[in-house]
Amino acid sequence: MSGLFEFDRPNSYIGKSVPRPDSRRLLEGRGQFVDDIQLPRMVHAAFLRSPFAHATINGFDLTEARKVPGVVAIYTGQDFVGVIEPYVGVLSHLAGLRSAPQMPLAIDRARWQGEPTAMVVAQSRAAAEDAVELIEADLEPLPAALDAEHALEKGETVIHKDFGNNLAWERTVDVGDVDAAFARDDVTIVEREIRFGRHTGVTLEPRAAVMDYDPSENQLTFHYSGQAPHMMQFILAKHLGLPEENVRVIAKDVGGAFGIKVHTYGDELATAVAAKLLQRPVKFAADRYESFVSDIHARDHVVKGRMAVDKDGRIAALAFDDITGIGPFSMYPRTSAIEANQVLNLTGAPYDLENYRANAKVVFQNKNMMCQYRAVGHPIAMAICDGLLEDAAAAIGMDPVEIRRRNLMKDDSYPRASASGMKLDDLSHQKALEKLVEIMDYDRLRAEQAKLREKGIHRGIGFVSMVEVTNPSPMFYGVGGAPIASQDGATLRLDAGGGLRIASSVTEQGQGTNGILMQIAADVFGIPTERVKVTTGDTDTTPYGGGTWASRGAGIGGEAMLQGALQLKTQVLDVAAVMLQTKPDALDIRNGAVVDADSGSERMMLSDLARTVYYRGNELPADLKPELIATRHYRVTDFPFVFTNGAMAAHVEVDTDTGLIKVLHFWAVEDCGRVINPMLVDEQVRGGVVQGIGGALYEECIYGEDGTMLNTTMADYLVPMAAETPEITVAHIETPTKSSVLGAKGAGEAGTGGAPAALMNAVNDAIRPLGASIWQMPMTPERMLRALGRV
Amino acid sequence: MTETMNITVTINGEAISRDAPVRQNLVDFIRTEAGLTGSHVGCEHGVCGACTIEVDGQAVRGCLMLAVQADGAEVTTVEGFGDRAAGLREAFATRNALQCGYCTPGMLASALEYIEAGGTADRAAIREHISGNYCRCTGYQSIVEAIADVIEGGRA
Repeated sequence: MSGLFEFDRPNSYIGKSVPRPDSRRLLEGRGQFVDDIQLPRMVHAAFLRSPFAHATINGFDLTEARKVPGVVAIYTGQDFVGVIEPYVGVLSHLAGLRSAPQMPLAIDRARWQGEPTAMVVAQSRAAAEDAVELIEADLEPLPAALDAEHALEKGETVIHKDFGNNLAWERTVDVGDVDAAFARDDVTIVEREIRFGRHTGVTLEPRAAVMDYDPSENQLTFHYSGQAPHMMQFILAKHLGLPEENVRVIAKDVGGAFGIKVHTYGDELATAVAAKLLQRPVKFAADRYESFVSDIHARDHVVKGRMAVDKDGRIAALAFDDITGIGPFSMYPRTSAIEANQVLNLTGAPYDLENYRANAKVVFQNKNMMCQYRAVGHPIAMAICDGLLEDAAAAIGMDPVEIRRRNLMKDDSYPRASASGMKLDDLSHQKALEKLVEIMDYDRLRAEQAKLREKGIHRGIGFVSMVEVTNPSPMFYGVGGAPIASQDGATLRLDAGGGLRIASSVTEQGQGTNGILMQIAADVFGIPTERVKVTTGDTDTTPYGGGTWASRGAGIGGEAMLQGALQLKTQVLDVAAVMLQTKPDALDIRNGAVVDADSGSERMMLSDLARTVYYRGNELPADLKPELIATRHYRVTDFPFVFTNGAMAAHVEVDTDTGLIKVLHFWAVEDCGRVINPMLVDEQVRGGVVQGIGGALYEECIYGEDGTMLNTTMADYLVPMAAETPEITVAHIETPTKSSVLGAKGAGEAGTGGAPAALMNAVNDAIRPLGASIWQMPMTPERMLRALGRV
Repeated sequence: MTETMNITVTINGEAISRDAPVRQNLVDFIRTEAGLTGSHVGCEHGVCGACTIEVDGQAVRGCLMLAVQADGAEVTTVEGFGDRAAGLREAFATRNALQCGYCTPGMLASALEYIEAGGTADRAAIREHISGNYCRCTGYQSIVEAIADVIEGGRA
C-alpha cells in the first residue's frame, strides 16, 4: 500500500479538489429528477389528507369526485386491504419499542393532520387535485394527544388503546455514582431545562415517486428520489407480494435528502399499489404543503439536565431526562426511537466522564411522524452537554476553552469508551480545539468583545466539541431485523476502449458520492478521471448495499471501491505480465497504460490489452483466463460505528431591542480521517452548519392548539437564505480510521450536529452579562425578548 | 375549470403553440409542453427561486406567472443560457457551488441577472441578491464565491 497516499504520482486524485462528474449536467439543466420523468400512459396521483389531528373515519362519498373529467381511479383505505401488507416500525435491538400496524391510507381512524386518507389517480395532477377537492369525507374529530410532555399523564388521550398509554420506548443509562457526585460539597451544580423545536428537512426537491408496473413480467420499477434503493426494493417486494428480483429501484438525480428520503411513506406505497392495480405508470410528486405535513419531522425534545463541576472545572457528573414526541407511529423500517437512543449514546461522549445518568422517554402524539433527519440526535446531545458545560464554566468563572481543555478526552488515550459505552478510537478532540482557537484568533475576539460591550454592543462567542456517528456497522439496523444493508459493494470493469465503468451501491444526493468514487477508482487503478464512468442508484446494475445515510458513503462505499480497484489492477497486471512476458510486480498502471514499474516507461495501452482480451483471445495462451472485472464489498467489523470528532465556534451579535441574532462568523474544525476531496468536504460541512443555524435560529414546525400545523409554506417556515448566512471557515485534522485502508470517516452531518450548541452558547455568552440566558431553540426574536425580560 | 387558451410562447428561440389550461403556471407549461425540465418547482409561490427564468429579458418566477400571460413572450430557461452563462457554469463547477443541483438553474438565472446588471463582487451584495434562491445543500459560500469569481474575472 505504500505510495497510495502520495500526492505527486500520476493519477493521485485522493486528497485533491477534483470537480464532480455530475456538475456539468446539472448546470445545463440536464439533470433527471423524478418529476422530470414522463412515461407513456402515465397517470398522476393526489391525496386527500386528514385535516384533523385525530378523527374517526366514517366513510367517503366519492360521487362528485368521480365525475371530474380525467379521473381514472379513486381509492380509500379499505380498497388496499389484502392488496398490501401492513407495516410496523419496530426493531428487535430497541428492546420494548412498540408501534401499531400502518397502512398507506388510513382506515377507520386518522391520527395526524396530513395523514393520507384517500387517493385519486387521474390523467393530470390538476385533475386529480380537482377530484380530491370534491371527495366528501365523513370524519368525526376526536380528542388529540398533542403535547409530548403531557402524553403520559393520566387522562390524556391514548392513541393506540391496546397499549394502555402513549409510551413507545424508554431507556435509561446509569454509569458510576451520579447521586454521590452531585452530593459532593466541592462541586458547583448547574441545572437547565432545554427545549428543542420540531423542524424538518425541506429538501428543495419535494418527495416524488414514479411507480411503473408491467403485468407481463410482474415487474415493478420505482423511480425513486431517495437514499436507500435496496431497502426500498425489499419493502416494495415484501408488502406488495412480489419477488424481490422483480422490483427495480432507480434513483437518478435526487434533489436533496438529508434523511428525509430514507423512510417508507404511505403516499409512495399507495402510488405503488395504484400502479399495480392499474397496470400502468403512476406518478406522485408532493407539493410543498404535502411535504410539510408528511415528510418526517425531527427533534422536538424537552430535556431537564444537570451538571456538577469541581473547583478545577472537572465534570463530576452529568444527568438528564429527555422526553420526545414522535407522532402517532414509529416510522417504518428504521423506527423513531433511534434519535432518543443516540441522545443517550452521544451526550458527553467527547469528555472524560465517570458519572452519567440519562433517561429518554419516546411518546406517541397526534402530530406528523418523526424520524431520522441529518445528524440524528447529535444537536440534542451536543447542546445538552456543551450547553451545561459552558453554563458551569461561567458559574465557576472559567473560560469555556479552558474548561474543555480540562475535560476533553486526551488524544493519546484511545482506544477507549465513552461513559455511555460507545467504542472510540482515532479521535483528536484536543488537537481540534487548539486548531479552532488558532484559526478564529480567539484572544483578539475576546478583547474586541469586551471593548464593544462598553459601547452597548452585545457579542458572544460559543463553542462545541463534538463526536459524530459515521460508517455504521450492522449493529445500527441489521442486527435488529431491518432490511438495511450495512455492507456495500463496488464493481469495476475495464472496457475495450480502455476506460473504466464503475458501479457502487452507495448513492448520490448531491454530496459528491459519484465524484469521490471516480477519484478513488482512478487513483488506485491508475487512470485519468475522465476515463471513469460511474453508476449508482440502480438495484439492477449496482452491487447490493445500503445506500447513503449516517455519513457512510465515503467511508464504506469508498473503501469497497478502493479494494475493488486494487483487485482489478492485480487482475489486469496478471494478464499484462503474460502478454509482455514479465512478472506482474515488474509492471504498474499509470495514466491508462501498463508501464514498467521502475522506469515508468509505457509498455502497453490499457485499450490494447482490453481489445486483445475481448476481440483476439486467440493471441493469448489457452490457460490464461483474463477477468477484466472485479467486485469487492466492505463492512465495518471493528466498531458499531466509526466516530469522528470536531470543534466548532460561533460568533454572534444580539440586538437586545429586537431580539434578532446575527451570526457574524462560524468556524468548524473537522476530523473525518482521510479527506478524499477537500472542496466537497468543506462545502458539506458548511451546508451542515447552515442547517444547524436553521434549527437553532429559524426553523420550527408550529402547531396550533387543535393539532394543525400552522406554517406549511416556505413563506411561513423560515429556512436560512444567503443574506443571513455567515462566512464559514473550515479546517481539518486528519486522523485516518484504522478500520479501513482508505481511512475515511464520514463528514456530512457534523455541522448540523454541532452548530446549534455553539450558537446557543454564543448567544448566552452575549446576554449573560445582562443577567439573561436562553435555553430554547429556535432562538426566535420573541423568545430572545422574553429571555431578556423585554416583553 | 379546464378552460384553455391557445398561446404561442418562444422558449429558447423555438416557438411553441399549445392550448394551455388558463390556470396552468408558466413553469409547468415549460416543463410539460416544451419538455424542458431544467426549471424546477420547489414551493409554487415564489419563495424558493428554483423556477427562476427569463421572460422578455427579466428574471421572473415561473410559478408566479400563468402560461397564458406569456403568450407572445420570449422565454429563456437554463437550457438556453448558452455562452452567456459559460463563465458562471465554469465557476460553479470549479467551486463546487452546487450539490444536488435542484436550485442550480434558478440560482444561475439570478446570478446572471446580477452580473449582467453590473453587480459588483461585494460578497454582501451578492448574498443579498441571491437571497430569493433557497439552497439546502451548500452553505451558500461556494455560490457567492463562484459569482464573485466571474465578476472579478470579467466574464459571465
